[in-house]
Amino acid sequence: MSERHHIIPVWFLVGLLLLTYGALIVASGIAEWRNQPPTVLANLHAPVWWGSLMVVLGAAYINAFRPRRSS
Amino acid sequence: MLVPERLVHLSSVDLAIIAIYFLAVLCIGFYLKRFAQSGEDFFLAGREMTAWVAGLSFLSANLGSLELLGWAGSSYQYGILAAHWYWIGAIPAMLFLGIVMMPFYYISRTHSVPGYLQLRYGKAASGLSAVSFGFMTILMSGVNMFAMAKVMQVVLGWNIHFSIWVSSLTVGIYVASGGLFSAIFNEVLQFFLIWFGALLIPILGLIEAGGWNGLVTRIQHNFPGQNFTHAWSTLGRFQDNPMGMHWTGIVFGLGAVISMGYWTTDFLVVQRVLSAKDLRSAKLAPIIGSFFKMAVPLIVILPGLIGLAVLPEKLVPESALQPGQHSYNDVLPLMLARYCGPGLMGLGVTALVAGFMAGMAGNVSAFATVWTYDIYRPFIRKAAADQHYVSMGRWCTIIGLFISIGTAYLAMGFASIMDYVQALFSFFIAPLFGTVLMGMLWKRATPLGGFLGLLAGTLTAIGIFVSMKIDHDLVAVFALSPLAKELAQDMYQALWSCLVCVLVTVVVSLATTPKPAAELSGLVYGFTVIPKEENVPLLRKPIFWAGVAVALFVILQIIFW
Repeated sequence: MSERHHIIPVWFLVGLLLLTYGALIVASGIAEWRNQPPTVLANLHAPVWWGSLMVVLGAAYINAFRPRRSS
Repeated sequence: MLVPERLVHLSSVDLAIIAIYFLAVLCIGFYLKRFAQSGEDFFLAGREMTAWVAGLSFLSANLGSLELLGWAGSSYQYGILAAHWYWIGAIPAMLFLGIVMMPFYYISRTHSVPGYLQLRYGKAASGLSAVSFGFMTILMSGVNMFAMAKVMQVVLGWNIHFSIWVSSLTVGIYVASGGLFSAIFNEVLQFFLIWFGALLIPILGLIEAGGWNGLVTRIQHNFPGQNFTHAWSTLGRFQDNPMGMHWTGIVFGLGAVISMGYWTTDFLVVQRVLSAKDLRSAKLAPIIGSFFKMAVPLIVILPGLIGLAVLPEKLVPESALQPGQHSYNDVLPLMLARYCGPGLMGLGVTALVAGFMAGMAGNVSAFATVWTYDIYRPFIRKAAADQHYVSMGRWCTIIGLFISIGTAYLAMGFASIMDYVQALFSFFIAPLFGTVLMGMLWKRATPLGGFLGLLAGTLTAIGIFVSMKIDHDLVAVFALSPLAKELAQDMYQALWSCLVCVLVTVVVSLATTPKPAAELSGLVYGFTVIPKEENVPLLRKPIFWAGVAVALFVILQIIFW
């Protein structure tokens, strides 16, 4: 993203944040699997699939944009 | 102030998600400080952003408190008519910025919109525009801050002073450290958070309502005789829609003036595009932003409509709030509480906080640039070293934030401050659009014409606003119908103000001496050589993607006609 300054790509940071948040949300969804919160459509277990989507996307961003040593 | 009981309770995982966010933005600010050493780095992020980064940041800077909560509340109040502020009220203007105006901004190498006015019209018009922009920006930033603190109080039960100080100091630290680099990086992060935090509401809401058709049926059942789900078919007469709006107000007031003014001359958003690494990226950035802007109603308008369909209680205006009731502005937090349990709730609240902070960061970084380059440098200290201006920019960020905090406390004293903010916006942005556009497209416009046109347009907007407040009968004169509500009044107010600006500019310019052609090079159509686009494939050409955006925009209007 930045040719002159060699800054870590912002997409890598996006990936890190998505991965971290996704993992926390999936863990929370699994923890509440049997003891569902009093929210509408809790039976759909949104935290598990939404958090998983974030983990996958975050991992893809990290892999694609991880900082590489410049030659 | 009436404070209902808190809407949601946060678990430890929610608090962890919010804390990680604050930590992340601060770390990014400290990391980027080393890269923001020169004026171009601090104020324009080194002019090396890609089209995608500039485009997402351009959009994110606009996703502040008014956007997320205000428009969700407006969609509960006015239905899908509120989506016009995302479609005709944004898309044509964003494409116009990218294709027509960006070459002039970019080629003139200006640091800001008032900077362009200085090159084109001289110090008088530039100074007027810089002062009014600075005033508006600080007030907007303060109102954003107050709105966020109030939401945190209502939604989470947080102390209002704690929210104001923690969020504003965080923004101050990261913007003062990394300048526009930091603001842009965080805006891109915020863009993703806002989408992931808010998109689940319409997904689950549509599942609960039984799809779009089920949603429409439920709204018709809950609100018989009212039309909340058609964007154009009710605009033939003022009395046929909940906004008291006529299609002329939407097309000419919103589409042709307010939105053109905001998206092409409000430096808060234009600054993001000026950070692009080359002209093609600068043209592409608003076009990329336009695709996402078209989709924002999914996370802002749709939750309001879902609220109309599924909420058991009827929400009321802020002014009519009774104990145990909720206002229109609470619709998004209510939907969040309805669908999101632990974890997702933290993500949703973080999305709201991110939206507020993105708006605030946009305001203070734009304020710092305009103060330093368009007020301090030309009027106070002309020839200082670059480092001096960077230092001024850092201090100005902090000072601007403290003034914003002051205006946030001031905003607490006014029950209807949000209405006034919308009006304030039309005072300064609508005439500015007339001045900038005339300057870019009409070589005969003179410095005195530009200055007097801008001044006359601003005074016209203020005059119409005040006269309609004093004598309500004048609403029928200026807004064409006594039924026009405040939003509709703002649209016509902006339209008159822009027309007066253009008229005065033309008359005065024809009576005064124009600038020599040599001084208009790079500033005016006909005297500017636009660099030929590099030989890139069709899929990388800005004009191609602008065409695709227009087609999608038309399809959306037909679907929701």
